[in-house]
Amino acid sequence: MPASLPPDRRQSPRENVGARRLGRAGFLGLVGAGGATLFYGKQISSVTNVVTKPFADATGLSRIVPSGGWRIYTVADTMPTFDRATWRLRLDGLVGRPLELSYDELLALPKAEQVSTFHCVTGWIVDGVHWGGVRFHDLLASAGPLPAARAAHFISAEYPYDDYLELSNLALPDVMLAYEMDGQPLLQEHGAPVRVVIPDMYGYKNVKWVERITLVPRVGAGYWEQRGYDVDAWVGRSNGYG
Amino acid sequence: MAETTARARPRPPARPRPRYVRRFTLTERLLHWVHASAFFVLLGSGLILYIPSLSTTFADRPLIKDVHFYTAVSWAGAMLLIALLGNRRSVLRTIREVDLFDRDDRRFLAGHTSSPQGRFNAGQKVNVIVTAAFATLFCISGMLLWLGERNTDIRLGGTLYLHDALMYLSVVIVVGHLYLALINRSTRHSLRGITLGTVREDWAAAHHAKWLDATPAGDAATTPVSDGPSP
Repeated sequence: MPASLPPDRRQSPRENVGARRLGRAGFLGLVGAGGATLFYGKQISSVTNVVTKPFADATGLSRIVPSGGWRIYTVADTMPTFDRATWRLRLDGLVGRPLELSYDELLALPKAEQVSTFHCVTGWIVDGVHWGGVRFHDLLASAGPLPAARAAHFISAEYPYDDYLELSNLALPDVMLAYEMDGQPLLQEHGAPVRVVIPDMYGYKNVKWVERITLVPRVGAGYWEQRGYDVDAWVGRSNGYG
Repeated sequence: MAETTARARPRPPARPRPRYVRRFTLTERLLHWVHASAFFVLLGSGLILYIPSLSTTFADRPLIKDVHFYTAVSWAGAMLLIALLGNRRSVLRTIREVDLFDRDDRRFLAGHTSSPQGRFNAGQKVNVIVTAAFATLFCISGMLLWLGERNTDIRLGGTLYLHDALMYLSVVIVVGHLYLALINRSTRHSLRGITLGTVREDWAAAHHAKWLDATPAGDAATTPVSDGPSP
């Protein structure tokens, strides 16, 4: 091709034959369709997951990106680390016998297992998580809760994260202090060595990196409740949903 | 020996120096590069916030959240300022051109890529429209995520899903965009237009014939034009 075309080889100027203003229609259509997914995103994702999840699983992508999987939310500038030799779980407050459990002492308690769904308040869900851990009545029995105790204050090693649950909620059949997830010891980003699992409430109630449980007369406002989240975090019935 | 044979031959005609035409104003190029750099900072920080295995490598989530949020705010502010304080006429001209799809554009989209095109070909128009719509949706869903963390009444179930889906689609589009701008031989000359502002006239004739025809002769400068800031 010559570097510059002689004038006679140029095409004569053409008018914009049949020009239509399709650009704005396309823009508005896309914004409208995207805006609709704000309201129907969950239903759409359950449909698209049928296609994307097998693909992500087959390509190994699901081990990297959270396709229908976990996202890791933290509030501090570092993530707590776990040292099996020095780690202790403190149980105190309205108990007859305050105590500290080592990791091995915790594992020696009766082990419970369950498969449940994890709901985050921001909208993501993980189906069929296999948890292993200890039920709270087994855990708290050794400390002897006093009759005045009505709630538990969970304090995370991820300062200043904390939250509260009523003892009646801790007695629900699928609530536990978990130390295993999907057959493995809890990973650091999932709260190693122990986290709360209460499937009927949003994730922010499922405190990670629990290092102290204090029994108290009533629930208070935890980290996110101080920032406007609901104290009762029932899935589908709180935090602007339902 | 090679020299003597070369001397013996008649001199080849001097290769004409390429002529260049101005395709993008400084305002248009600034808008492009602010958008592009913000995209990659937002993609990087967003992936750190999104991918579980990166959460332990970059454990300071609050800091990464700030980087992500303030990059988005700066992006929006910079885009508005450039468009308002820069060459507004050129921005409006771009919007007008991208809005209009004529018969040749529709034929281009139907696969007849040889049909004559304006300053933007129909694929580029679609890219601009999709990019603008995605940027708008990224902003809306991002603001809702940010506000929803502060006021749970503003939570919408699909916000996160929309933000994630936009990311996946954008990455696909950007990969295609980078292929055409950097690798594909016949289109990659366009990179010169978006960096220096000008493109070779013969390239414009081949790819954007209708634009070149409509360009006043004064806009076509012989030899590489000075690449100082254009209006």
